[in-house]
Amino acid sequence: MRSRARDSHALFLLPGALAFLAVVVVPFLMNTGVSFTDWRGVGTPTWSGLANYRELWGDAAFWASFRHSLFMVVAMAAVPTAVGLVLAAALFDVAGRPGGGRITAILRACFYLPQVLPIAVAGIVWSWILAPDNGSLNELLQAVGLGGWQRDWLGDPDIALYTVMAVMVWVQLGFPLVVFMAGLQRVDPQLYEAAELDGAGWWRRFRHITLPQIRPEIHVVLLWCTIAALKVFGAVYVLTKGGPGGATDVPSYFSFTTFFEKTQVGYGAAVSTVLTVIILVLTVIGLKLQTRAEDGEEGIAR
Amino acid sequence: MRSAVRRYPVLVALCLAALFMVVPFLIVAMNAVKSPAEYSANGPLSLPEGLYLDGLKNFWERVDYSRKLLNSVLISGSVAVLAVVLSVLNAYAIGIGRVRGRAWVLAFFVLANTLPQEALVYPVYHLSKEAGLYDTRLSVIIVFTVLQAAFGTYLLAAVLGRFPREIVDAARIDGANAWQVLWRIVVPVSRPTLGVLLVFFFIWTWNEFLLPLVMLISNDNQTVSVALGVLQGQRLMDATMTNAAALLGVLPALVFFLVFQRTLTRGIAVGAVK
Repeated sequence: MRSRARDSHALFLLPGALAFLAVVVVPFLMNTGVSFTDWRGVGTPTWSGLANYRELWGDAAFWASFRHSLFMVVAMAAVPTAVGLVLAAALFDVAGRPGGGRITAILRACFYLPQVLPIAVAGIVWSWILAPDNGSLNELLQAVGLGGWQRDWLGDPDIALYTVMAVMVWVQLGFPLVVFMAGLQRVDPQLYEAAELDGAGWWRRFRHITLPQIRPEIHVVLLWCTIAALKVFGAVYVLTKGGPGGATDVPSYFSFTTFFEKTQVGYGAAVSTVLTVIILVLTVIGLKLQTRAEDGEEGIAR
Repeated sequence: MRSAVRRYPVLVALCLAALFMVVPFLIVAMNAVKSPAEYSANGPLSLPEGLYLDGLKNFWERVDYSRKLLNSVLISGSVAVLAVVLSVLNAYAIGIGRVRGRAWVLAFFVLANTLPQEALVYPVYHLSKEAGLYDTRLSVIIVFTVLQAAFGTYLLAAVLGRFPREIVDAARIDGANAWQVLWRIVVPVSRPTLGVLLVFFFIWTWNEFLLPLVMLISNDNQTVSVALGVLQGQRLMDATMTNAAALLGVLPALVFFLVFQRTLTRGIAVGAVK
């Protein structure tokens, strides 16, 4: 009886199993397999063993793309988490005062807005603002007498990466902010009151109460933002196309151009396989952390 | 008195930061309603002198924007509904059916969820060509139904794992089969969570870029995101056109945001796992 009930439930997995087989498992195995071959996308792939990976090892463009990935991790995980924490704590303070609830809701909405924008659209908005001639930023600098600071923000190989990073901070900030604000609601207000009575200033309360109390959220946010940073594609495609001269190339864009522009499918598959391994390792570590956090306290991924 | 003085700097700083976040939207809106002549005379920072809507209208017609909107709505809507159905079926087997090996099944869905699309994109492109599905909206619907359902399964399995056992058992004793329990009891009770998933799947699919960019090459099938991204990538747009494109791209997102604000900002605690 019991086992029959189980078997009947297993049938519910059937559509999902077939769909995942066709869309995820088979393509993923094919991609991994192709990474050990030489293939131009037509005809039969020829086995080449680890040749693609050996080539990757010596490919400066590949290493550069992963180095830029680290910059993206700073821009999409580290900075938004740090800034998001301070902003969330400050907003939470304001929300606690009389009449603060409405203001907080509006401010939070402003910070979150870029998160719902398609990245392609965010890219259009910013590449127009940052345009060298007639772009709003350069015009603004001119208007306030800082004309000497005008730059070709996305076209200068020395600063393009930092410009993209700044845009990504803008895009990403709302996510940690909203998660942290939700997390702060869990914190017992008496902790703050007691600390205030003891004469602890804002900064000390932030360090000794806020940070430890929402540590699980911080871990989760850092991890998922890091993964998102490693996957970043649309922003680079729209803002710089990896340029100028590869100055903003990232692994996902690198594999995209290798697949579809150079049609070196085997090589592109090797790039994406390396990226996948890194992301899967991070995911497993993250899930371990998350389970431990959930065992420790009330669940965070509610 | 002192607390008021201390409160204001923080509030002012917060408002300034929030303003910085929305300023790009304001600049775009301001310039999308300027005529090219006015734009070149006064630059991007002046307030518009009147409402010039021809730029928007020209852009709309030139890229056949109605068609792009229709494609996006069709694809995102189908994906949202189908992915929720698929997630419910999977999660029902895992969370309530407690099938054997469910921990492994769940781990599989989690990994599928974080898998970078770069690792799937070429085979999906190749296979869809073989299957005659390349450059069809159906291909994108199928792929994203599955990818979104990976997240949906993960989330719903946890929610259904806490589903009150007594209700299910009582229904079984009354003679309901597993199918009836799912549609008559589990789905109606879980409706709020399913609603959140529906909204998230819709918006996430709307914003997707890489796979639709690869799969949808003909103008008639492209989504809003792909069409605007490709136009921008070609660097063929002048300032007025860029602004029109940006404003028309921002508007649907703004509408979703206003309509679903509560779901989005509250449900993000749910979405924290994505």
